[in-house]
Amino acid sequence: MQLTNRAKKLEKKPMTLAERAYLPAIFQGLSITMRHFFMKKATVRYPEEVRPFAPIFRGLHVLKRDEQGRERCTACGLCAVACPAEAITMVAGERKKGEEGLYREEKYAISYEINMLRCIFCGLCEEACPKAAVYLQPDKIAPPRYERDEFIYGKDRLVEPVSPDARSVRGIQLTADQADTLRARLA
Amino acid sequence: MLELPALGWQSIVIFVVFALSLLIATYCTYAERVIAAFLQDRVGPDRAGPYGLLQPLADAVKMFTKEEFFPGGANKALFIFGPCLAMITALMSSAVIPFGNNMSFGNNAFFLQGIEVNIGMLWVFGVVSLGVYGVMIGGWASNNKFSLLGAIRAASQNISYELAMGMALIAVLMMSGTLSLREITLQQSAPGEWAMWNIVRQPLGFIIFLVCAFAETNRTPFDLPECETELVGGYHTEYSSMKLGLYLFAEYINIFVASAVMSVLYFGGFNFPFQYELRDWFVNSQSWELASAQNLITLLGTVGLFLKIFAFIFFFMWIRWTLPRFRYDQLMRLGWTILIPLAVFNILLTGGLILAGVIQ
Repeated sequence: MQLTNRAKKLEKKPMTLAERAYLPAIFQGLSITMRHFFMKKATVRYPEEVRPFAPIFRGLHVLKRDEQGRERCTACGLCAVACPAEAITMVAGERKKGEEGLYREEKYAISYEINMLRCIFCGLCEEACPKAAVYLQPDKIAPPRYERDEFIYGKDRLVEPVSPDARSVRGIQLTADQADTLRARLA
Repeated sequence: MLELPALGWQSIVIFVVFALSLLIATYCTYAERVIAAFLQDRVGPDRAGPYGLLQPLADAVKMFTKEEFFPGGANKALFIFGPCLAMITALMSSAVIPFGNNMSFGNNAFFLQGIEVNIGMLWVFGVVSLGVYGVMIGGWASNNKFSLLGAIRAASQNISYELAMGMALIAVLMMSGTLSLREITLQQSAPGEWAMWNIVRQPLGFIIFLVCAFAETNRTPFDLPECETELVGGYHTEYSSMKLGLYLFAEYINIFVASAVMSVLYFGGFNFPFQYELRDWFVNSQSWELASAQNLITLLGTVGLFLKIFAFIFFFMWIRWTLPRFRYDQLMRLGWTILIPLAVFNILLTGGLILAGVIQ
């Protein structure tokens, strides 16, 4: 049955002597593989050599702080709604008196979890966020782990560290030099 | 009874050849992987040591520490004997290959060759055809239908291609008039003339011999005995640990021996162009003694022979990563209806040319 008139009539020609002798075809094949022998190799020797990230790469999430070091997230849930993989869950809470330095708005996320095994790193949460709080870093990937529950990132691993100038180590304020070193490391 | 000094250097040469065969086979595994990688735009093993050069050691440790498995219903004695036989025959065949010309120290002169026998080529053929028993026994003793099919394929393939190989060789022997590999090598040397190499006089014979060598060593495109897509692993399906290692090793040693035989038969063995001119130059212009100049030429010739062998080994691997495997009927058709008639034609042609006095 003919479905279209695009069928090409093929003619099975008898092979010529050169084709039957195989040898020309073998030499052709050998020359192709020899060309590849001297070609640039595609391999990246990973631990020593790292492929550069694209500038628009979407990697591991971070929950940003504002200029005064307060958490920007107000637990509105828009990111969780936007998430096509349903990777984000959060519990909202009310800011108490005296916590104004910690949270920017009256409402904040008591817990905020992203399951990195569900996440498809599409960046829709970042687009949905009205407070510019959740942000996919362009230079960090979610590292491999042994247990599934270790892939559920809580606030302890998501929230951006407080700005280096406000940081302290065992209650002692960092010196300016230490803060600079830390800032350089975080950058 | 051999005199002790003679026995002394012979055993040294044999030991060195034995160690070299093993070393070359070891590094063939590495070379195979690197060449495969390079032909496929990869870099190959590079983790163990600089450029991955210790990879064979790591592989050996892996092989030795793996579980030794005996399949149920296997004939245990033959199951062990198979890989041993494959290994022994592979190692034995290099004994008669002349790796260099004569060396002399004082009054002692000796040839860089394990054993000089006047049936050298016959010895290589005999031992190599014994090698198929290693495969046969291993495949049969495994009590596995895939192994048995692989072994049967190996046997029929080796028998078919040995015929064409032997007939290609007969043309060389008609010209040389001897079976001794040393004699054949020496006949390919003439002052100032590297065109004495047999490849010039036997191009068709060389191509037949080369194709058959691929089939004899079970290499792609003739690696049907261990054809993974049809036979799991062929004759070594049931083998594990170092017994599998011995089979793989034997294959690489066979490649080394086949390369050496082809270099000796067709590419002048340890002869290299302008060797006599170089020796005379050392004697006349540098006022060296003839003996020490000859020793130097011998060593250079040995290096040259190994370069030829390495080129052949590279060619074996290059072919492996270029050509797909033949189908079984294609393999048999190529052997029986193309190579054997071609080899017979080559014998007739050589005979005619010898009669006409074109070649001797």
